[in-house]
Amino acid sequence: MSKFGGSNNKKNVPGISSGSLSDIVFMLLFFFMVTTQLRETENKVIVKLPEASESAKLERKDLSANINIGTPVRHLQSMYGTDARIQLNDSFKTIADIRDFIAAERDAMSEAERSLMTVNLRVDEDVRMGIVSDVKQELRRCSALKIMYASRKPGGE
Amino acid sequence: MGKKKTPEINSSSTADIAFLLLCYFLMTTTMGDQSGLQRRLPPIPDKDQKVENQKANRRNIVIVRINSADKLFAGSEPMDISLLKEKMKEFLSNPADDPNLPEKEPKEIEGKTYMVSKGIISLQNDRGTSYQAYIAVQNELVKAVNELRDEFSMREFGRKFAFLTEEQQDIVKKAVPQNISEAEPKDTGKK
Repeated sequence: MSKFGGSNNKKNVPGISSGSLSDIVFMLLFFFMVTTQLRETENKVIVKLPEASESAKLERKDLSANINIGTPVRHLQSMYGTDARIQLNDSFKTIADIRDFIAAERDAMSEAERSLMTVNLRVDEDVRMGIVSDVKQELRRCSALKIMYASRKPGGE
Repeated sequence: MGKKKTPEINSSSTADIAFLLLCYFLMTTTMGDQSGLQRRLPPIPDKDQKVENQKANRRNIVIVRINSADKLFAGSEPMDISLLKEKMKEFLSNPADDPNLPEKEPKEIEGKTYMVSKGIISLQNDRGTSYQAYIAVQNELVKAVNELRDEFSMREFGRKFAFLTEEQQDIVKKAVPQNISEAEPKDTGKK
């Protein structure tokens, strides 16, 4: 008669239904599918963004071109050294390659949206300004004038 | 009798399948947090018009300089970064109409006339300046402009800048422009 585990009513103990478990997991799955985006390129440089409290969100993420600047990741340091390098798409490049990179990014966009292109400079906080200035000068020469210094809000990741 | 024995499809493994999918997406995707300080670079000047650009009045320009040891100079005197924001706010707003600070110019925006400051902050850096210090200074300059915009919004519309409508924000942006110019790099400081 007792509610809990009498030996005579073993058959009637209701099992926990796990049918809704998959629904819950699917909900989680959809959440992550909506809020994240596919990683397009592998990072070959270490980029720890500097902190800036006034950083604002980029509105059109699809209209941005990324330029990463930092020291190469550990397993590439034997080949490329520890000096700061520029990464465009998937490989190390030099200042002279930026022109082609910008042109390629422009070509990938529709004509109306080309003027809205933002170049997202993801630069490690320990990098010296010399290389950044060189990149900026080259961008001016390519007339890609809209840039963003990527940064993170203090306290957050 | 027969009804009870209808075999059910065992659904306990769908959760496992979904977990696998979930793990796959967790591994291959990144959270999109692309935020930062947006800037417009000045276009490369033509050779003919180069002279005109530099004609801006002396009182309208303040030069903020970070040297290769990450030391900050505003105008000509050294300054701590914590004081930079107030100094720049004073420079841009010029509350006492000091003749040494930038002049203001009446400008008609959407039917109303506002006094718009002509001040320009010119930011200079060495090749040896660290990026961290550079962004910290940029951040202070943006903060100064943002606070001025907030004050202006409170005066004109009784609300902070972030809570205004888009048209009102455009007015404020025109009345309190963000004039930060990034000068041509100077070739000093080795690295």
